Amino acid sequence: MNFRHLLALPAVALFAVAGSVSAQTVVGVTATEIKIGNTNPYSGPASAYGTIGKAIGAYFNMVNEQGGINGRKINYITYDDGYSPPKTVEMVRKLVEQDRVALVFQPLGTPPNSAIHKYMNQMKVPQLFVATGATKWNDPKNYPWTMGWQPNYQTEGRIYAAYVLKNVKDAKIGVLYQNDDYGKDYLKGFEDGLGAQASKLIVMKQSYEVTDPTVDSQIVNLKNSGANVFFNITIPKFAVQAIKKAHDIGWKPLHLLNNVSSSVGTVLKPAGVEASKGLITALYLKDYTDPQWKNDKGMLEWVAWMKKYYPEGKLEDGFNIYAYSVAQTLVHVLRQCGNDLSRENIMRQAANIKNLELPLLLPGIKINTGPNDFAPIEQSQLARFNGERWELFGEVLSAGSH
Amino acid sequence: MEIFIQQVVAGLATGSIYAALALALVMIYEATDVVNFAQGEMAMFATYVCWTLLNAGMPYWAAFFATLAIAFAGGIVIERVVIRPVENAPILTIVIVTIGLLVIFNSLAGWIYSYVQKPFPSPFPKEPIRIGGIVFGAHALGQIAVTLVVLLCIWLFFRFTPLGLAMRAAAQNPVSSRLAGIRVGWMLALGWGLAAMFGAVAGIMVAPVLFLDPNMMGGVQIYAFAAATLGGFTSPLGAVVGGLIVGVVENLVGTYVKFIGTELKLTVALAIIIGVLLVKPSGLFGRAVVRRV
Amino acid sequence: MAPRVRLAVVLAALALACVLPFFLSGFRLFQFTQVWIYAIAILGLNMLTGFNGQISLGHGAFYAIGGYTAAILLSHFGVPYGWTIPAAALVCFVAGFLFGLPALRLEGLYLALATLSLALALPQVLKYFEHWTGGSMGLVLAKPEAPFGLPLDPDQWLYYVALAVLALLFWLAANLLGGRVGRAIVAIRDNPIAAQAMGIHTALYKSLTFGVSSAYTGVAGALSAIAIAYVSPDSFSVFLSITLLIGSVIGGLASIQGAIYGAFFIQFVPNWAQEISKAAPWAIFGVFLILFTYFMPHGIAGALRWLQARMAKARGAKPVS
Repeated sequence: MNFRHLLALPAVALFAVAGSVSAQTVVGVTATEIKIGNTNPYSGPASAYGTIGKAIGAYFNMVNEQGGINGRKINYITYDDGYSPPKTVEMVRKLVEQDRVALVFQPLGTPPNSAIHKYMNQMKVPQLFVATGATKWNDPKNYPWTMGWQPNYQTEGRIYAAYVLKNVKDAKIGVLYQNDDYGKDYLKGFEDGLGAQASKLIVMKQSYEVTDPTVDSQIVNLKNSGANVFFNITIPKFAVQAIKKAHDIGWKPLHLLNNVSSSVGTVLKPAGVEASKGLITALYLKDYTDPQWKNDKGMLEWVAWMKKYYPEGKLEDGFNIYAYSVAQTLVHVLRQCGNDLSRENIMRQAANIKNLELPLLLPGIKINTGPNDFAPIEQSQLARFNGERWELFGEVLSAGSH
Repeated sequence: MEIFIQQVVAGLATGSIYAALALALVMIYEATDVVNFAQGEMAMFATYVCWTLLNAGMPYWAAFFATLAIAFAGGIVIERVVIRPVENAPILTIVIVTIGLLVIFNSLAGWIYSYVQKPFPSPFPKEPIRIGGIVFGAHALGQIAVTLVVLLCIWLFFRFTPLGLAMRAAAQNPVSSRLAGIRVGWMLALGWGLAAMFGAVAGIMVAPVLFLDPNMMGGVQIYAFAAATLGGFTSPLGAVVGGLIVGVVENLVGTYVKFIGTELKLTVALAIIIGVLLVKPSGLFGRAVVRRV
Repeated sequence: MAPRVRLAVVLAALALACVLPFFLSGFRLFQFTQVWIYAIAILGLNMLTGFNGQISLGHGAFYAIGGYTAAILLSHFGVPYGWTIPAAALVCFVAGFLFGLPALRLEGLYLALATLSLALALPQVLKYFEHWTGGSMGLVLAKPEAPFGLPLDPDQWLYYVALAVLALLFWLAANLLGGRVGRAIVAIRDNPIAAQAMGIHTALYKSLTFGVSSAYTGVAGALSAIAIAYVSPDSFSVFLSITLLIGSVIGGLASIQGAIYGAFFIQFVPNWAQEISKAAPWAIFGVFLILFTYFMPHGIAGALRWLQARMAKARGAKPVS
């Protein structure tokens, strides 16, 4: 080390101090970038959801190309957890402790998120806009660092229950549900919505596992129970089978289909439009395969984005609409943070969203959060399939206080 | 009564899905003494190849047979290139290699074709067939028919052709077979080729029902193992019967055993299989293992 | 390797493992804790499949039973976590022994598939008994703190707990398998009829081995539940059983130290594969797996033994047994 190096020391020290003062308490944020972490199942049985993680990355690429957020580029780090909670814990710890991200955004799945729930709150790191419809993420008092995004399953179940109680005399209800947290959560909301009469009105429940090849057997049993209302809690693959089989065996109940499988192109057309006529669902996002949105401005923007930034993604895949919308929500929150991108402020701004409208949310649906309201989207609207598209009817329904 | 018949029919339909893949599993085991964990993924990958051909405009049956040929060749190549280096390793080491193939095929399919599920055409009519009050899916019947045809071909091949005999000899006693002039290495490769081909048939038959995606065969493969175990790994007939039994029993249990209902269907099916194994340890139609001291 | 030398190597490795927490922290330490836990689980599998020749494709089930035993005792009965580990061992020993009894009738392939069935059925059973297991939502547990006010954070404490259990169980296994019992177990694997003719009670030994093997894996499951502080049916899929098998074969089937090599493999290689390729990481893992078996068909332990033998020959020393 010679004399010239010694001269540099004070300068280096000055820079270090100056740099550290501004970056002192703001983890994952520098003057030029903000680090955002994510876990998604890119492998394993839930890998179909992995497109969400990829689409989010594609959205952030677009934001970066357009200048970033308040002058900072997004550094998006996403890891595969294979939908296995132990792996999620490992990967999230890596994000928080090694990669030192500012926040963990949209980790996917109820068991994975349950596994990291306590950790995130202990470490005071935002677990923001989690990708699950479970109800437990709206608990600001006990878990102030965790927030969901989509309308939760129980609320949707209650909406269907209310509809049945109002519109069907002598209802005899049959339910088909996936035997996991998603299916059971919907079922719980539905039963809660039916209230004391639930055990009387529901004449049969049939479950299936994701690894089952078909649900034909269950549909036959449900028809046989004499049910005139059918609450169909299935993911797209099984929804197609259920709709088709019910039609083939001549069973025509009032058919309530959960939102997860409401895509016209992925579910209703393969099942057959004749078989799908009269189906009712609750929607909150626009469906690319539904002809009524073909020339919608928001939809056209989305298609252009898909083609430019995520060409390997499939347009018919509703997950890509979901990913786009939730990414937009995060970008809105981060912009609202201004120059203070500390974790505390990120959560503060996330809990301070007022009447945010997104181009792909149904008209009338707005995102709202508050210090006691950690459920961003609580509204949805019922729609009936007329053979060609989903006809929205009634008003936009709010979950309000549950 | 009607519901009983309807459930049995539905069970036969799902059972034939298991049976189709179980046949491929038994084929490889008969020919090479190896349980190929990658069988389901190879079948899935072959189905994607068929999908690619159909998308390029090939008519259904042309694509079907072209895929079978490609699968056959692929199976031979895999045996000669991937399995050959560990041919003489302990059996579990070979199993690990097949597990490696499993993850490779699954991952490649997801990478090349994405994980979005795709509809796959069926060569059978869409309208269900109604007999009496019972509804039969035309595709399900067609699937059962194709499975039985494949079973017949396998049986004829192993029983009546010199090549089939040579293959069985090579699997059971490679040393003596070599002395008899049989090229054991190529017999093994042929076994893999045929199994891959039958796996492709299974995949193509099953895809219209299950929808084509990289994890399509995951659940089915497990049931296929159960079916082959029940029927006896050394018997193609056993594989088919095993598959049909598993499908039917599962449905009947789910329907009639009320306190179990549908939430323990799989558990009961597996318990039954283990129960059968205790009575007949080599499966219903399997050969008993004779030990030389 | 001469017994003195072997002891020295083991003690050195143990010492190294003990100092590790002072160089690593948090997340990395968590990964190493996972390695020790997997090593215990794989040793259980090695005992059954490697030493005793009974192939199990379903050891993930015992890992799950151990994990849920601990979780239920912690959640519903407030049992201190230290006691859940021997409890899990006991429960899994009984479960394994009971499963081993009917399994006596099954050979090779059929036994393997029967064990696979067990691993498959278990998640469904766990979901069914919702009241105890929390169903698909699982059970959230509390992470234990270091006792007696020791200056260790929870990660470090759990690391030492896992390491201590590992050391104890490995020492027990070495004694068991190195002596008469071990020879009987291996004899049963190599030639069951001859073993029986020599007076070894094969049925009893096989069932007991099943029980002990399950107990080991169950202990690992319990430790895992405590370390992750969460159990759910999704944590114990069929892939877990396959992963344990991979660890066992890659590490070296009939080898105690092989369990540790295998544990390192299954913990770190998938992560490396992800770093190499975001697009198809499991394809890379599959390639690694296959290449490993080409170069080390008897696992890492087998390769090391071969290496030792070569070195001994090169030195001109007498061939090592």
